[in-house]
Amino acid sequence: MSSDRRYPETVSGPFEKPPVRFADREERDIEIRPYDGSDAEYEALAEMYVEFDPSDRAQGIPPGRESRVRTWLDGILAEDCYNLIAWDGDTAAGHSTLVPDGDDDYELAIFVLQDYQEAGIGTHLIESLLGYGYSEGINCVWLTVERWNHAAVSLYEKVGFETTGAESFELEMAIRISEDE
Amino acid sequence: MNVLVGVGSPNDSPAAIEQTIQRAAMVADELTVAILSPESADGESLDATVATTLDEQDLTASVRHIEGEPGSGLVDLAEAEAVDEIVLAGGQTSPMGKIRIDNTVEFVLLNAHTTVTLVR
Repeated sequence: MSSDRRYPETVSGPFEKPPVRFADREERDIEIRPYDGSDAEYEALAEMYVEFDPSDRAQGIPPGRESRVRTWLDGILAEDCYNLIAWDGDTAAGHSTLVPDGDDDYELAIFVLQDYQEAGIGTHLIESLLGYGYSEGINCVWLTVERWNHAAVSLYEKVGFETTGAESFELEMAIRISEDE
Repeated sequence: MNVLVGVGSPNDSPAAIEQTIQRAAMVADELTVAILSPESADGESLDATVATTLDEQDLTASVRHIEGEPGSGLVDLAEAEAVDEIVLAGGQTSPMGKIRIDNTVEFVLLNAHTTVTLVR
């Protein structure tokens, strides 16, 4: 969309790579691993988004109705995207995704189900996604976030994202995880 | 009602332009289409897209071109011509599917004295 996007010069990382296992702050055993393309994992993710608290939507996603959730998931679970799911047993507790922007870079988003928020899962989801992206040869990643969402902005800054665009409704942030060739 | 449609923000697709003009025509007694840039992001002529849409929908509208800053140009035109409502495409999304409000839409929302409708 904007090929003139600025990226930090400093390379961030290295980041952990999936699969990642840890006990969250509620002592739940969480495993983060790449989406395997199976119907079972797709359905678990669809279920997570149908249960998603509407007040935690951001910029229109996840969409509100199940049919729209599925259309949206079909797009971001496509083969040219990179997806990680955080599992509590068979329950999808969180999801992070990298979607190609057509300019060789990737847009990032992350979602954590309400019951699993503030337990350290988001940090692992984003760091292991950046580690996954690095191992797949991605150089730069960007995202947009609502400017009042201080918790999200702090999380992104903690892992190395810098604000690159502040002149529109949303903040745009970007991170470099590898040097350009 | 005198309705002004602005088309040609960087991310307006031909489908979005068609939908936006259609939506505006539903409430307009008098319709003006303001073209904000000569070409869409993928290089298609917006004049052609607008002309085709008006023709196919059998709509009568005056077509204007905005020079310079599209947001302020639209607001100025609305004030000069006693427009009652400005209609813009408002459903542009990022690759991820996030809704994006571009600078033109933001400027119009904040500075117009008329009702502003974003079409999705």
